[in-house]
Amino acid sequence: MLFVLVLAFDTATPAVTAALHDGTRVLAESTTVDARRHGELLAPAIESVLTEAGASLREVTAVVAGAGPGPYTGLRVGLMTARALGSTLGIPAYGVCTLDALAYATGSSEPFVVVTDARRKELFWARYGDARTRLDGPRVARPHDVPGGLPIVGIRLYEEIIGAVTGPEHPSAGALAGLAAEQLAGLTPEQAAAAAGLPEGRIDSEEAAQGRAVLGPPAPIYLRRPDAQIPGAPKKVTA
Amino acid sequence: MADQPIVLGIETSCDETGIGIVRGHTLLADTIASSMEEHARFGGVVPEVASRAHLDAMIPTVESALAKAGLRVTDIDAIAVTAGPGLAGALLVGVAAAKAYALGLGVPLYGVNHLAAHVAVDQLEHGPLPKPCLAMLVSGGHSSLLLVPDVAKEVISLGSTVDDAAGEAFDKVARVLGLPFPGGPHIDRAARDGSGTAIAFPRGKADDGTLDFSFSGLKTAVARYVEKNGGSLSLPDVAASFQEAVVDVLTRKALAACAKHDVHDLLIGGGVAANSRLRALAQERCDAAGVRLRVPRPGLCTDNGAMVAALGANLLEAGVAPSQLTIPADSSLPITTIHV
Ligand SMILES: Nc1ncnc2c1ncn2[C@@H]1O[C@H](COP(=O)(O)OP(=O)(O)OP(=O)(O)O)[C@@H](O)[C@H]1O
Repeated sequence: MLFVLVLAFDTATPAVTAALHDGTRVLAESTTVDARRHGELLAPAIESVLTEAGASLREVTAVVAGAGPGPYTGLRVGLMTARALGSTLGIPAYGVCTLDALAYATGSSEPFVVVTDARRKELFWARYGDARTRLDGPRVARPHDVPGGLPIVGIRLYEEIIGAVTGPEHPSAGALAGLAAEQLAGLTPEQAAAAAGLPEGRIDSEEAAQGRAVLGPPAPIYLRRPDAQIPGAPKKVTA
Repeated sequence: MADQPIVLGIETSCDETGIGIVRGHTLLADTIASSMEEHARFGGVVPEVASRAHLDAMIPTVESALAKAGLRVTDIDAIAVTAGPGLAGALLVGVAAAKAYALGLGVPLYGVNHLAAHVAVDQLEHGPLPKPCLAMLVSGGHSSLLLVPDVAKEVISLGSTVDDAAGEAFDKVARVLGLPFPGGPHIDRAARDGSGTAIAFPRGKADDGTLDFSFSGLKTAVARYVEKNGGSLSLPDVAASFQEAVVDVLTRKALAACAKHDVHDLLIGGGVAANSRLRALAQERCDAAGVRLRVPRPGLCTDNGAMVAALGANLLEAGVAPSQLTIPADSSLPITTIHV
């Protein structure tokens, strides 16, 4: 059997989470919830899971980052780290939709919806047929527009509008690594290389996000374009 | 020389993704990807646009710098990165990349001050910095006079702008004159056909005895002049007279600082150091005062990765302890903090 060591991390939610997975089980995992310190916490978390598992970075065979959607500044920390590690270590770097990792962690065989905080009074959401099957999304919407009538998993926000939220609140890198390892096991080496090697474009619309495979390149899922105003004429300085 | 450490520098404080590679104080590669085209229509740098561009440009820019230097990534002995000051989200992309490179390669990381790096870069062109020297940094975000006893160890702020930075004044006046963003180079060009003495624009704080600057009154005076004289004004004369007012104050204060601190070497850095009139007038006034002038070539004056690598090399040389992997990006890092 091929030696597998997956290093996974996610910075697309308030949780900074990292884990090491050997293809069968999670060897070590670290999660800290602190929405403002992704840049400070991630690299030490990677070091600590390696130490805990008694592994070295040179043994890692694939690196996987949560690709969002999520608040952009934190999201980029994970994706930049994955790209740079992949490139220095000469191993493939992948991105997996953060909501897919949350869904996978439920282990559910029934339909449900996953939500995470999109800030600006909105939620990121996706609808699943079961823990492995995304049917719609990821999308960004006001709480009122999140589909009703299904169990909701994820961040405890706007429950007065969307109903009670259950299950894991944040993604775990253990689940992310497990999902990625499962996907990799089903691919030939050529297919696996191709999945990482797709062009690293950004996904800045819902349309572009729809058909995204579970395992893809470490490209950010932004869903929104940057908001910026084209200025008018300079304002007058004399009355 | 071959045993001197190879440092890779990463700069993402604003719109440019800059990667520089040095061996000791020899420049091996300096590669830049700029998102300026994406910002120009907004009349200024949009932070989120810049941050997205940094993420996309980082790996290709590092790879092209390595190719230019004829090195493999595993040849790198240390990583240096701008930790601040700058745009928070933009800095964070560079800092995340730097940590990953340091972690992946098992080499030391140095988080450095962007402004000190603007000073350090001159060594790549003109050799070791005199200790002490006086540095004037003039860019779109900064206008500072610094006393630099040793760029790896001590930088003292003598004065800075109380309102607009010099480059910001160029950009705002350019807009009033209907010139594209960033306006500095356009004003420089337009001014060549005009007279710097045609219009007497105010010289803010010129004679107040401090080493601080103020350019917002000047900017307003130009805007008022343009509104009053509308169709009949001479664009070259307005550009030249505005430019003369800025560089007159800058050079006067820089030489006053040299005299006050008995320093005989003046270094000018930052994007505005590309200004042809500033270079000419600074040279003239330095010659008259017996001060040696150092100005890096324009490509090293604007933001770049080579300056970050250069400062990293100084820190290594001085035996400064590397940064922890926990360092934050600090958008308002004070100039007195050379490394974090
Ligand atoms: N020839 C010139 N004359 C005057 N100003 C210039 C000239 N060339 C560039 N500039 C100005 O320099 C500024 C850009 O400087 P720089 O590239 O150092 O970037 P910055 O983001 O402003 O730097 P920093 O982050 O160091 O503050 C702009 O304001 C631009 O108009």
